[in-house]
Amino acid sequence: MKPILEVQNMTMDFGGLRAIDSVDLSIEKGQIVALIGPNGAGKTTFFNCITGIYTPTSGDIYIYPRGKEERLNGLKPNIVTKKGLARTFQNIRLFTSMTVLENVMIGCHAITKAGIMGAIFRGAATKAEERLIVKKSYGILEKIGLEKYVDELAINLPYGAQRRLEIARALATDPFLLLLDEPAAGMNPQETMELDELILKIRNREGISILLIEHDMKLVMSLSEKIYVVDYGKKIAEGTPEEIRNNPVVIKAYLGEEIDE
Amino acid sequence: MTAQNEIKKSILASLWFMFLTFPIMVIKVNTVTNSIEWRWHNMAIVGIGAFFLSMLWRYLLKRKEEGRKKDQSDGLSIVQRLLHERRFALPGLMIIGIFTLLFPHIFSMYQTNIMISALIFVVLGLGLNIVIGLAGLLVLGYAAFFAVGAYSYALLNLHYGIGFWIALPIGGIFAALFGILLGYPVLRLRGDYLAIVTLGFGEIIRLVLENWNEFSFGPSGIKNIPKPGFFGIEMSMHTTTIYIFYIVVVLVIFTIFVINRLKNSRIGRAWVALKDDEIASQAMGIDKAKTKLRAFALGATWAGMAGVVFASKTTFINPASFTLWESVIILCTVVLGGMGSIAGVIAGALLLILLPEYMRDFGQFRMITFGAVLILMMIFRPGGMIEDVRKTYKFEK
Amino acid sequence: MDFEYFTQLFLGGLTRGSIYALIALGYTMVYGIIELINFAHGEIYMIGAFTGLIISSVLTMMGMPTLAVIVLAGMAAIIYSCSYGYTIEKIAYKPLRNAPRLSALISAIGMSLFLQNYVLLAQTSDFLPFPSLVPNFAFWEPYSHIISSAELMILLTTLIVMILLTLLIKFTKIGKAMRATSQDKVMASLLGINVDQVISATFVVGSATAAIGGILIASHIGQINFYMGFIAGIKAFVAAVLGGIGSIPGAVLGSFVLGWTESFFTGYISSDYEDVFAFIFLVVILIFRPSGILGRSQAQKV
Ligand SMILES: Nc1ncnc2c1ncn2[C@@H]1O[C@H](COP(=O)(O)OP(=O)(O)OP(=O)(O)O)[C@@H](O)[C@H]1O
Ligand SMILES: [Mg+2]
Repeated sequence: MKPILEVQNMTMDFGGLRAIDSVDLSIEKGQIVALIGPNGAGKTTFFNCITGIYTPTSGDIYIYPRGKEERLNGLKPNIVTKKGLARTFQNIRLFTSMTVLENVMIGCHAITKAGIMGAIFRGAATKAEERLIVKKSYGILEKIGLEKYVDELAINLPYGAQRRLEIARALATDPFLLLLDEPAAGMNPQETMELDELILKIRNREGISILLIEHDMKLVMSLSEKIYVVDYGKKIAEGTPEEIRNNPVVIKAYLGEEIDE
Repeated sequence: MTAQNEIKKSILASLWFMFLTFPIMVIKVNTVTNSIEWRWHNMAIVGIGAFFLSMLWRYLLKRKEEGRKKDQSDGLSIVQRLLHERRFALPGLMIIGIFTLLFPHIFSMYQTNIMISALIFVVLGLGLNIVIGLAGLLVLGYAAFFAVGAYSYALLNLHYGIGFWIALPIGGIFAALFGILLGYPVLRLRGDYLAIVTLGFGEIIRLVLENWNEFSFGPSGIKNIPKPGFFGIEMSMHTTTIYIFYIVVVLVIFTIFVINRLKNSRIGRAWVALKDDEIASQAMGIDKAKTKLRAFALGATWAGMAGVVFASKTTFINPASFTLWESVIILCTVVLGGMGSIAGVIAGALLLILLPEYMRDFGQFRMITFGAVLILMMIFRPGGMIEDVRKTYKFEK
Repeated sequence: MDFEYFTQLFLGGLTRGSIYALIALGYTMVYGIIELINFAHGEIYMIGAFTGLIISSVLTMMGMPTLAVIVLAGMAAIIYSCSYGYTIEKIAYKPLRNAPRLSALISAIGMSLFLQNYVLLAQTSDFLPFPSLVPNFAFWEPYSHIISSAELMILLTTLIVMILLTLLIKFTKIGKAMRATSQDKVMASLLGINVDQVISATFVVGSATAAIGGILIASHIGQINFYMGFIAGIKAFVAAVLGGIGSIPGAVLGSFVLGWTESFFTGYISSDYEDVFAFIFLVVILIFRPSGILGRSQAQKV
């Protein structure tokens, strides 16, 4: 099967620090792929490079919309989002002064187009678009299970709900690939279980592929079809959950040196 | 125990401020007669004042801390509730409307003129509110756009005899062009640089107007700018004032209408999102530069139109009307009223412009009060007098 | 080209640059630590000059010898500027440390406005004559047509301040704490550094250099008023940005570059738009090299 995202030889330097060191990665349509590694391994930086927040020092990022190859390097984040990659943030970045519904409505920004004149005159097209945005956003909130909070300010939500709102917001951009940065961080076991179901539902119902950064190994092992492991910016392993579980290099990276002797 | 502690702290604060203000408040050197005036009474005032203010300060800070821990959502003020309750809002608006219509007939021409000035500042405040309140861009040279509008009308009229009604949109467009011209290079920068650069821009415009005599007639300004016409009918001084009053009222209503629509539109939401979190906004597909530029241009447009009205009202303009102070006053109206809140900004502008007019003694303390207001509002009530409330939506399920 | 005229302009620019540097240091240090443009910094410099003038007048009228007046007034100016810097931070910035940046910035503008008008109301809106504190040294007479002894004094003082500041930051405990805090505030506090204290210390040190700048320029130009801090502050800020805000050597370098450019521009071209020039300079820098000459461009951590 052809990949929908392919990263080749990507490297990212911050001054003297090499946060990512020639990493390859590819994702196929409908796949759930996990990116794991110890703290500071460079996982979030990897996301930032793909989504245009940083421009990688070298290497290539390709996507294949309708079979055509497109290079993402150097594109601005909003363009990358328009092309169908949506993400969440490890340190939750919601729009705190807006309501929950509005947060999701912002996600529709890229797929709508009313401008200043449209807003002022509020013609039929603009009205219809507004209605569509509200309806779609509400639908997404229902799907994610946040509909009871619609009119709350985003900042007043409990922590787990905030993480889910990040996912809802990303879904509103109509992505083909969803990048989740530690979606289970800070969740209790019950919430994590619900998250597990939610991610599966998103993949199964809408065929959205998922790239997942997560420290919760139970979640990673149960969800992903393929796992990449990075350490100090380098890819040290890739394979199925089974393969990764038994890979001595991975075990060493996670448990440190002392296990050797 | 704690009360004692508080008093001790306040006494320390009082002593500290007595020390701090000693040279500047107490000693006054007369360099001509070579004598010194010792104003010890000032020290007493500072000491007593600092004691009580320090108490109040710590009490308010503590209350703020506690308030943060508690739930904040039920904090809608009376004004907000009145505004959102249709029952009260409609009659309220009608009363305000009738009052406004009758205003120039009830009050003297002097009062009407003051009210016109205040309403011009309402327009300016609402315009700046787009830039600061909605989009979160701190612009410190807003008066420059005001100047662009005023000089557009004055110069176009002088050279080409263009009248008020044509100059009004042109002034807005010119100001918007200046906004884009300035905004394009600087909007990619971080917010605090923007503040300084726009401040610099404001000063540049003013200095150019002051020095470029051939173009702007320097500090002596431009005289005899015509008042707005009404199909060429001759009007008395009194009628013209009333006429201008209604023009400004219409401009205010138009501004409110447009901003209200913008606020809850796709663009308006994008502005607020950018203000909250630029990176997340971009990750949601918002084009940062373009969206900010729109806010900039739109904010400038209103300043430009207000400038045209201002020039036609005073019939005389010079660079002294467009200094940093004007920019700061407009900023104050937005901050005091409530960033992003239309009702708040209107209240803020009316308060800040009318209060000093009617309290003449207060005049010299105006600027120092504004400074204090900016600090205190940011610390204790960052949302302003009438806090902005986000719109909620209805669903057909 | 007239070489002597050139030398004059060059040295004039150096003097200007020194003054800018003394103020720019405060901006850059504060920005390095709390990422805030301290709009009120120019006012601290103004208050330094006013305190110096007031105290020196009082002492002179009391009949003190000149040298004692200079030393005491200078010390008073520094002490007062530091106290103001410390107090300003506690009142206008500390309560807003976790608030949006816009809030702190507006508060800073409010503080600047407040202090300007405080001095205006308590003292005067007129220009006050400031005595020339530096006598014309006899030994310098042969060179004084190139650079006056007052200007020489400015250069020397700036040099000494720079050296002291470098030593402070490189080798003292508080200096190391400052560097650590500017790198990573959370990490620094985890390592047991009292961040509040470090921030206060930064304001105090920055205010001290501003006060020195305030007295030097006041005695050089010969007059002061409540508004003097504003334009000087803006220019120093431009210098700090030019050098790379947050970087101390950058602030010094940027100040000299700005000083020279202004000096040559007004000397060879025109002095009408002298004050506009700094702003245009600022815009150009920010467009082409927003991180400044010595600043590293840093990707914001996400
Ligand atoms: N903007 C930046 N500037 C400098 N260094 C950075 C920047 N962003 C990340 N780094 C560094 O790159 C390395 C990788 O960081 P990254 O956040 O990608 O790790 P991570 O794998 O996501 O860790 P965690 O599991 O803790 O989230 C770290 O050493 C980090 O300090
Ligand atoms: Mg991470």
